[in-house]
Amino acid sequence: MKPIVVLGSGLAGYTLVRELRKLNHDIPIILVTRDSGDYYSKPTLSNAFAQKKEAASLVLTAAKDIAEQQKFTLLANTEVHAIHREARQLDTAAGAIGYEKLVLAIGADPIRIPLQGDAAGDVLSVNDLSDYTHLRDELGKAKTVAIMGGGLIGCEFANDLALAGYKVTVIDPGPYPIAGLLPEQAGRQLLAPLKNLGVSWHFGTAAQRVDASGAGYTLTLSDQSTVSADIVLSAVGLRPRIQLAKNAGLTVNRGIAVDEQLQSSDHAIFALGDCAEINGQTLPYVLPIMHAARALAKTLAGEDAKVVFPHMPVVVKTPAHPIAVLPVPRDAAGNWKVLAEGQGIRMGFFNPQNEMVGFALTGEYAKERSEMTARCAA
Amino acid sequence: MKVWQCVVCGFIYNEAEGLPSEGIAPGTAWADIPADWACPDCGVAKSDFEMVEI
Repeated sequence: MKPIVVLGSGLAGYTLVRELRKLNHDIPIILVTRDSGDYYSKPTLSNAFAQKKEAASLVLTAAKDIAEQQKFTLLANTEVHAIHREARQLDTAAGAIGYEKLVLAIGADPIRIPLQGDAAGDVLSVNDLSDYTHLRDELGKAKTVAIMGGGLIGCEFANDLALAGYKVTVIDPGPYPIAGLLPEQAGRQLLAPLKNLGVSWHFGTAAQRVDASGAGYTLTLSDQSTVSADIVLSAVGLRPRIQLAKNAGLTVNRGIAVDEQLQSSDHAIFALGDCAEINGQTLPYVLPIMHAARALAKTLAGEDAKVVFPHMPVVVKTPAHPIAVLPVPRDAAGNWKVLAEGQGIRMGFFNPQNEMVGFALTGEYAKERSEMTARCAA
Repeated sequence: MKVWQCVVCGFIYNEAEGLPSEGIAPGTAWADIPADWACPDCGVAKSDFEMVEI
Protein backbone atom coordinates (compact mmCIF):
# COMPACT_ATOMS: atom_id res chain seq x y z
CA MET A 1 0.00 0.00 0.00
CA LYS A 2 1.43 3.36 -1.02
CA PRO A 3 1.53 5.90 1.79
CA ILE A 4 -0.25 9.14 2.39
CA VAL A 5 2.48 11.73 2.07
CA VAL A 6 2.19 15.01 3.95
CA LEU A 7 4.45 17.91 3.01
CA GLY A 8 4.99 20.36 5.84
CA SER A 9 5.38 20.17 9.62
CA GLY A 10 3.48 23.23 10.74
CA LEU A 11 0.15 23.33 12.53
CA ALA A 12 -1.63 22.13 9.37
CA GLY A 13 0.55 19.09 8.67
CA TYR A 14 0.78 17.91 12.26
CA THR A 15 -2.87 18.48 13.11
CA LEU A 16 -3.82 16.46 10.05
CA VAL A 17 -1.56 13.57 11.07
CA ARG A 18 -2.86 13.61 14.64
CA GLU A 19 -6.50 13.65 13.51
CA LEU A 20 -5.89 10.95 10.93
CA ARG A 21 -4.26 8.67 13.51
CA LYS A 22 -7.34 9.06 15.75
CA LEU A 23 -9.36 7.52 12.91
CA ASN A 24 -6.89 5.03 11.48
CA HIS A 25 -3.81 3.44 13.05
CA ASP A 26 -2.61 1.53 10.02
CA ILE A 27 -2.41 3.79 6.96
CA PRO A 28 1.28 4.36 6.27
CA ILE A 29 2.15 8.06 6.52
CA ILE A 30 5.32 9.81 5.43
CA LEU A 31 5.85 13.41 6.50
CA VAL A 32 8.38 15.40 4.52
CA THR A 33 9.54 18.76 5.84
CA ARG A 34 12.29 21.10 4.83
CA ASP A 35 13.02 22.16 8.41
CA SER A 36 13.76 20.07 11.50
CA GLY A 37 10.11 19.15 12.02
CA ASP A 38 10.19 20.16 15.68
CA TYR A 39 6.71 21.33 16.62
CA TYR A 40 6.25 24.85 17.91
CA SER A 41 3.27 27.14 18.02
CA LYS A 42 3.68 29.71 15.27
CA PRO A 43 1.29 32.25 16.84
CA THR A 44 3.65 32.58 19.82
CA LEU A 45 6.48 33.91 17.62
CA SER A 46 4.93 37.38 17.79
CA ASN A 47 4.49 37.46 21.56
CA ALA A 48 7.37 35.39 22.93
CA PHE A 49 10.05 38.04 23.18
CA ALA A 50 8.75 39.99 26.15
CA GLN A 51 8.48 36.67 28.00
CA LYS A 52 12.22 36.28 27.30
CA LYS A 53 11.65 32.99 25.54
CA GLU A 54 14.53 31.51 23.63
CA ALA A 55 13.77 29.76 20.37
CA ALA A 56 14.54 26.32 21.82
CA SER A 57 12.02 26.80 24.62
CA LEU A 58 9.23 27.41 22.07
CA VAL A 59 9.52 23.84 20.80
CA LEU A 60 6.58 21.94 22.30
CA THR A 61 7.49 18.50 20.95
CA ALA A 62 10.62 17.25 19.18
CA ALA A 63 10.01 15.87 15.70
CA LYS A 64 11.22 12.34 16.49
CA ASP A 65 8.84 12.14 19.47
CA ILE A 66 5.83 13.10 17.34
CA ALA A 67 6.89 10.60 14.68
CA GLU A 68 7.06 7.89 17.34
CA GLN A 69 3.74 8.81 18.99
CA GLN A 70 1.84 9.14 15.71
CA LYS A 71 3.63 6.30 13.90
CA PHE A 72 4.81 7.98 10.75
CA THR A 73 8.06 8.14 8.81
CA LEU A 74 9.70 11.53 9.16
CA LEU A 75 11.90 12.96 6.44
CA ALA A 76 13.27 16.14 8.02
CA ASN A 77 15.47 18.76 6.36
CA THR A 78 14.30 17.40 3.01
CA GLU A 79 13.47 19.65 0.06
CA VAL A 80 10.81 18.51 -2.41
CA HIS A 81 11.77 19.38 -5.98
CA ALA A 82 8.76 18.28 -7.99
CA ILE A 83 5.47 16.38 -8.03
CA HIS A 84 5.11 13.83 -10.85
CA ARG A 85 1.35 13.41 -10.91
CA GLU A 86 1.12 10.66 -13.54
CA ALA A 87 3.45 8.41 -11.56
CA ARG A 88 2.12 9.68 -8.19
CA GLN A 89 5.67 10.29 -7.16
CA LEU A 90 7.67 13.05 -5.50
CA ASP A 91 11.15 14.01 -6.50
CA THR A 92 12.91 14.92 -3.23
CA ALA A 93 16.42 15.50 -1.90
CA ALA A 94 16.04 12.05 -0.28
CA GLY A 95 15.10 10.36 -3.57
CA ALA A 96 11.79 9.43 -5.17
CA ILE A 97 8.77 8.86 -2.91
CA GLY A 98 5.55 7.31 -4.18
CA TYR A 99 2.20 8.41 -2.78
CA GLU A 100 -1.37 7.21 -2.77
CA LYS A 101 -2.61 10.60 -1.60
CA LEU A 102 -0.55 13.76 -1.25
CA VAL A 103 -1.28 16.59 1.17
CA LEU A 104 0.36 19.97 0.61
CA ALA A 105 0.64 21.78 3.94
CA ILE A 106 3.59 23.91 2.95
CA GLY A 107 2.54 27.27 4.36
CA ALA A 108 3.17 30.78 3.12
CA ASP A 109 6.05 33.17 2.62
CA PRO A 110 6.17 36.64 4.12
CA ILE A 111 5.39 39.27 1.51
CA ARG A 112 8.38 41.52 0.88
CA ILE A 113 7.53 44.92 -0.51
CA PRO A 114 10.07 46.26 -2.99
CA LEU A 115 12.41 48.75 -1.32
CA GLN A 116 15.23 50.94 -2.50
CA GLY A 117 18.34 51.76 -0.52
CA ASP A 118 21.64 50.09 0.28
CA ALA A 119 20.26 48.14 3.26
CA ALA A 120 16.96 46.93 1.75
CA GLY A 121 18.28 43.37 2.05
CA ASP A 122 18.72 43.69 5.82
CA VAL A 123 14.99 43.94 6.52
CA LEU A 124 13.90 41.05 8.73
CA SER A 125 10.69 39.08 8.74
CA VAL A 126 9.63 36.38 11.17
CA ASN A 127 7.83 33.42 9.66
CA ASP A 128 9.37 30.46 11.43
CA LEU A 129 11.45 29.46 14.41
CA SER A 130 14.81 30.10 12.75
CA ASP A 131 13.68 33.63 11.79
CA TYR A 132 12.72 34.14 15.44
CA THR A 133 16.18 32.99 16.55
CA HIS A 134 17.73 35.48 14.15
CA LEU A 135 15.47 38.30 15.37
CA ARG A 136 16.38 37.56 18.99
CA ASP A 137 20.07 37.74 18.14
CA GLU A 138 19.64 41.07 16.37
CA LEU A 139 17.48 42.49 19.18
CA GLY A 140 20.31 41.79 21.60
CA LYS A 141 22.25 44.69 20.07
CA ALA A 142 19.29 47.00 19.42
CA LYS A 143 17.26 49.65 21.19
CA THR A 144 14.89 50.83 18.46
CA VAL A 145 12.78 48.85 15.99
CA ALA A 146 10.86 50.01 12.93
CA ILE A 147 7.99 47.72 11.95
CA MET A 148 6.67 47.87 8.40
CA GLY A 149 3.00 46.87 8.58
CA GLY A 150 0.40 47.73 11.23
CA GLY A 151 -1.78 44.67 10.76
CA LEU A 152 -2.35 41.84 13.20
CA ILE A 153 1.24 40.54 13.25
CA GLY A 154 2.79 44.03 13.11
CA CYS A 155 0.71 45.16 16.10
CA GLU A 156 1.47 41.98 18.07
CA PHE A 157 5.19 42.52 17.52
CA ALA A 158 4.85 46.22 18.38
CA ASN A 159 3.18 45.36 21.68
CA ASP A 160 5.64 42.58 22.48
CA LEU A 161 8.78 44.57 21.69
CA ALA A 162 7.54 47.75 23.38
CA LEU A 163 6.79 45.69 26.47
CA ALA A 164 10.36 44.38 26.35
CA GLY A 165 11.62 47.97 26.43
CA TYR A 166 12.29 48.74 22.76
CA LYS A 167 11.36 52.02 21.15
CA VAL A 168 9.03 50.89 18.35
CA THR A 169 7.82 52.76 15.27
CA VAL A 170 5.01 51.24 13.16
CA ILE A 171 4.64 52.31 9.52
CA ASP A 172 1.52 51.37 7.53
CA PRO A 173 -0.02 52.77 4.34
CA GLY A 174 -3.53 52.16 5.74
CA PRO A 175 -5.51 54.58 7.89
CA TYR A 176 -5.46 52.77 11.28
CA PRO A 177 -4.22 49.57 12.99
CA ILE A 178 -5.37 46.13 11.74
CA ALA A 179 -7.50 47.73 9.03
CA GLY A 180 -7.78 44.39 7.20
CA LEU A 181 -9.84 42.85 10.00
CA LEU A 182 -11.22 45.62 12.20
CA PRO A 183 -13.69 48.45 11.61
CA GLU A 184 -12.10 51.86 12.10
CA GLN A 185 -13.52 52.66 15.54
CA ALA A 186 -12.25 49.32 16.88
CA GLY A 187 -8.82 49.57 15.25
CA ARG A 188 -8.30 53.07 16.64
CA GLN A 189 -8.73 51.72 20.19
CA LEU A 190 -5.23 50.28 19.88
CA LEU A 191 -3.57 53.65 19.19
CA ALA A 192 -3.42 55.10 22.71
CA PRO A 193 -2.60 51.91 24.68
CA LEU A 194 0.39 51.15 22.45
CA LYS A 195 1.42 54.81 22.35
CA ASN A 196 1.52 54.69 26.14
CA LEU A 197 4.02 51.84 25.83
CA GLY A 198 6.17 54.09 23.64
CA VAL A 199 5.02 53.02 20.15
CA SER A 200 5.04 55.75 17.46
CA TRP A 201 2.54 55.31 14.64
CA HIS A 202 2.97 56.44 11.02
CA PHE A 203 -0.20 55.79 9.03
CA GLY A 204 -0.97 56.64 5.43
CA THR A 205 2.63 56.21 4.38
CA ALA A 206 5.01 53.42 3.44
CA ALA A 207 8.74 52.85 3.59
CA GLN A 208 10.43 53.41 0.24
CA ARG A 209 14.11 53.24 1.12
CA VAL A 210 16.18 51.58 3.81
CA ASP A 211 19.75 52.84 4.06
CA ALA A 212 22.52 51.96 6.47
CA SER A 213 23.23 54.74 8.92
CA GLY A 214 25.85 54.24 11.62
CA ALA A 215 25.14 50.92 13.33
CA GLY A 216 21.47 51.11 12.32
CA TYR A 217 19.21 52.23 9.50
CA THR A 218 17.36 55.22 8.14
CA LEU A 219 13.99 54.56 6.52
CA THR A 220 12.68 57.09 4.04
CA LEU A 221 8.90 57.05 3.81
CA SER A 222 6.67 57.95 0.88
CA ASP A 223 5.71 61.23 2.62
CA GLN A 224 9.46 62.07 2.60
CA SER A 225 9.75 61.83 6.39
CA THR A 226 12.47 59.62 7.87
CA VAL A 227 12.58 57.11 10.71
CA SER A 228 15.77 55.83 12.37
CA ALA A 229 15.95 52.34 13.81
CA ASP A 230 18.49 49.71 14.79
CA ILE A 231 16.32 46.94 13.29
CA VAL A 232 13.73 46.96 10.51
CA LEU A 233 11.06 44.27 10.71
CA SER A 234 8.62 43.62 7.88
CA ALA A 235 5.15 42.27 8.75
CA VAL A 236 3.03 43.11 5.74
CA GLY A 237 1.28 39.81 5.18
CA LEU A 238 1.67 36.32 3.78
CA ARG A 239 1.71 34.89 0.28
CA PRO A 240 0.71 31.21 -0.04
CA ARG A 241 3.46 28.96 -1.36
CA ILE A 242 2.08 27.84 -4.71
CA GLN A 243 5.13 27.26 -6.89
CA LEU A 244 5.43 23.49 -6.35
CA ALA A 245 1.72 23.02 -7.15
CA LYS A 246 1.88 25.40 -10.09
CA ASN A 247 4.88 23.59 -11.59
CA ALA A 248 2.92 20.35 -11.32
CA GLY A 249 0.06 21.89 -13.31
CA LEU A 250 -2.43 22.13 -10.44
CA THR A 251 -4.94 24.96 -10.45
CA VAL A 252 -3.62 27.86 -8.39
CA ASN A 253 -4.96 31.33 -7.73
CA ARG A 254 -3.76 33.30 -4.73
CA GLY A 255 -3.32 29.92 -3.02
CA ILE A 256 -3.50 26.31 -4.16
CA ALA A 257 -7.14 26.04 -5.24
CA VAL A 258 -9.11 23.39 -3.34
CA ASP A 259 -12.79 22.67 -2.78
CA GLU A 260 -14.64 22.09 0.49
CA GLN A 261 -13.05 18.63 0.65
CA LEU A 262 -9.61 20.29 0.47
CA GLN A 263 -9.15 18.50 -2.87
CA SER A 264 -7.11 20.22 -5.58
CA SER A 265 -7.66 19.94 -9.32
CA ASP A 266 -5.94 16.51 -9.03
CA HIS A 267 -8.14 14.13 -7.02
CA ALA A 268 -5.11 12.52 -5.34
CA ILE A 269 -3.70 15.83 -4.10
CA PHE A 270 -5.06 17.96 -1.25
CA ALA A 271 -3.96 21.27 0.25
CA LEU A 272 -4.38 22.58 3.75
CA GLY A 273 -3.41 25.57 5.85
CA ASP A 274 -1.73 28.81 4.79
CA CYS A 275 -0.92 27.50 1.28
CA ALA A 276 -4.53 26.60 0.45
CA GLU A 277 -7.31 28.66 -1.04
CA ILE A 278 -10.55 26.97 -0.02
CA ASN A 279 -13.36 27.89 -2.40
CA GLY A 280 -11.63 31.19 -3.13
CA GLN A 281 -10.71 32.06 0.45
CA THR A 282 -7.32 31.99 2.16
CA LEU A 283 -7.71 31.67 5.94
CA PRO A 284 -4.27 31.76 7.56
CA TYR A 285 -5.48 31.43 11.16
CA VAL A 286 -5.41 28.68 13.76
CA LEU A 287 -9.09 27.75 13.91
CA PRO A 288 -9.74 27.33 10.17
CA ILE A 289 -6.65 25.11 9.98
CA MET A 290 -7.93 22.90 12.82
CA HIS A 291 -11.35 22.51 11.21
CA ALA A 292 -9.95 21.85 7.75
CA ALA A 293 -7.45 19.31 9.12
CA ARG A 294 -10.23 17.42 10.87
CA ALA A 295 -12.38 17.26 7.74
CA LEU A 296 -9.45 16.17 5.58
CA ALA A 297 -8.47 13.47 8.09
CA LYS A 298 -11.96 11.98 7.70
CA THR A 299 -11.75 12.06 3.92
CA LEU A 300 -8.31 10.42 3.95
CA ALA A 301 -9.62 7.76 6.35
CA GLY A 302 -12.28 6.88 3.82
CA GLU A 303 -15.42 8.82 4.73
CA ASP A 304 -16.09 11.76 2.42
CA ALA A 305 -16.19 14.85 4.59
CA LYS A 306 -16.63 18.47 3.67
CA VAL A 307 -15.16 21.18 5.82
CA VAL A 308 -17.82 23.30 7.48
CA PHE A 309 -16.49 26.39 9.17
CA PRO A 310 -18.33 27.58 12.25
CA HIS A 311 -17.84 31.17 13.42
CA MET A 312 -14.12 31.46 14.04
CA PRO A 313 -13.06 34.52 16.00
CA VAL A 314 -9.48 35.70 15.63
CA VAL A 315 -7.62 36.68 18.80
CA VAL A 316 -5.11 39.52 18.52
CA LYS A 317 -2.40 39.10 21.15
CA THR A 318 -1.94 42.73 22.17
CA PRO A 319 -2.01 42.53 25.99
CA ALA A 320 -1.86 46.34 26.26
CA HIS A 321 -5.35 46.28 24.73
CA PRO A 322 -6.63 42.77 23.92
CA ILE A 323 -8.76 42.26 20.82
CA ALA A 324 -11.02 39.51 19.50
CA VAL A 325 -12.67 39.84 16.11
CA LEU A 326 -15.04 37.78 14.03
CA PRO A 327 -14.16 39.33 10.69
CA VAL A 328 -16.60 39.77 7.84
CA PRO A 329 -15.66 39.56 4.17
CA ARG A 330 -14.63 42.90 2.68
CA ASP A 331 -17.69 42.95 0.39
CA ALA A 332 -20.24 41.75 2.99
CA ALA A 333 -23.56 43.63 2.93
CA GLY A 334 -24.37 45.35 6.20
CA ASN A 335 -23.03 47.79 8.75
CA TRP A 336 -20.82 47.94 11.81
CA LYS A 337 -22.58 49.34 14.88
CA VAL A 338 -21.14 50.41 18.21
CA LEU A 339 -22.86 48.36 20.96
CA ALA A 340 -20.91 49.57 23.99
CA GLU A 341 -17.98 51.83 24.70
CA GLY A 342 -15.88 51.94 27.89
CA GLN A 343 -12.27 50.83 28.32
CA GLY A 344 -12.43 49.58 24.76
CA ILE A 345 -15.32 48.99 22.40
CA ARG A 346 -17.91 46.33 21.54
CA MET A 347 -19.04 46.45 17.91
CA GLY A 348 -21.28 44.16 15.91
CA PHE A 349 -21.64 43.78 12.15
CA PHE A 350 -25.29 43.48 11.13
CA ASN A 351 -26.52 42.14 7.80
CA PRO A 352 -29.51 43.66 5.95
CA GLN A 353 -31.83 41.32 7.94
CA ASN A 354 -30.39 42.96 11.07
CA GLU A 355 -28.73 39.72 12.20
CA MET A 356 -25.31 39.99 13.80
CA VAL A 357 -22.78 38.14 11.61
CA GLY A 358 -19.49 39.57 12.87
CA PHE A 359 -18.04 41.43 15.82
CA ALA A 360 -15.04 43.34 17.08
CA LEU A 361 -14.28 43.38 20.80
CA THR A 362 -11.45 45.39 22.28
CA GLY A 363 -10.10 46.12 25.76
CA GLU A 364 -12.50 45.17 28.54
CA TYR A 365 -14.90 43.60 26.00
CA ALA A 366 -12.37 41.18 24.46
CA LYS A 367 -13.23 38.52 27.02
CA GLU A 368 -16.84 38.37 25.71
CA ARG A 369 -15.61 36.40 22.68
CA SER A 370 -17.53 33.17 23.42
CA GLU A 371 -20.86 34.83 24.26
CA MET A 372 -20.66 37.06 21.19
CA THR A 373 -19.82 34.09 18.96
CA ALA A 374 -22.88 32.26 20.30
CA ARG A 375 -25.05 35.31 19.54
CA CYS A 376 -24.04 35.46 15.88
CA ALA A 377 -26.46 34.16 13.25
CA ALA A 378 -25.45 30.90 11.58
CA MET B 1 1.16 16.72 38.79
CA LYS B 2 -1.33 16.43 35.96
CA VAL B 3 -2.26 19.51 33.92
CA TRP B 4 -4.03 20.07 30.64
CA GLN B 5 -2.09 21.57 27.76
CA CYS B 6 -3.34 23.13 24.54
CA VAL B 7 -1.87 21.08 21.70
CA VAL B 8 -1.73 24.16 19.50
CA CYS B 9 -0.04 26.81 21.60
CA GLY B 10 1.14 25.06 24.73
CA PHE B 11 -1.15 27.01 27.10
CA ILE B 12 -1.48 25.11 30.37
CA TYR B 13 -4.56 24.74 32.57
CA ASN B 14 -3.87 23.84 36.15
CA GLU B 15 -6.90 22.81 38.23
CA ALA B 16 -5.46 24.13 41.49
CA GLU B 17 -4.91 27.58 40.02
CA GLY B 18 -8.01 27.79 37.83
CA LEU B 19 -8.20 30.81 35.56
CA PRO B 20 -9.63 33.67 37.58
CA SER B 21 -9.16 36.09 34.65
CA GLU B 22 -11.56 33.93 32.61
CA GLY B 23 -14.01 33.49 35.47
CA ILE B 24 -12.82 29.97 36.36
CA ALA B 25 -12.26 29.68 40.12
CA PRO B 26 -9.16 28.00 41.57
CA GLY B 27 -9.87 24.32 42.18
CA THR B 28 -12.22 23.91 39.19
CA ALA B 29 -11.85 20.40 37.79
CA TRP B 30 -11.07 20.11 34.10
CA ALA B 31 -14.22 18.05 33.66
CA ASP B 32 -16.30 20.94 35.03
CA ILE B 33 -15.11 23.45 32.46
CA PRO B 34 -17.82 23.92 29.81
CA ALA B 35 -17.30 22.08 26.52
CA ASP B 36 -17.58 25.36 24.58
CA TRP B 37 -14.73 26.92 26.54
CA ALA B 38 -11.80 27.90 24.30
CA CYS B 39 -8.08 28.33 24.87
CA PRO B 40 -7.58 31.92 26.10
CA ASP B 41 -4.34 32.23 24.13
CA CYS B 42 -5.16 30.77 20.74
CA GLY B 43 -8.90 30.12 20.73
CA VAL B 44 -8.95 26.38 19.99
CA ALA B 45 -11.58 24.17 21.62
CA LYS B 46 -11.39 22.39 24.97
CA SER B 47 -11.19 19.11 23.04
CA ASP B 48 -7.82 20.22 21.66
CA PHE B 49 -6.26 20.05 25.11
CA GLU B 50 -4.38 16.96 26.22
CA MET B 51 -3.51 15.83 29.70
CA VAL B 52 0.19 15.95 30.42
CA GLU B 53 2.19 15.20 33.53
CA ILE B 54 4.77 17.75 34.56
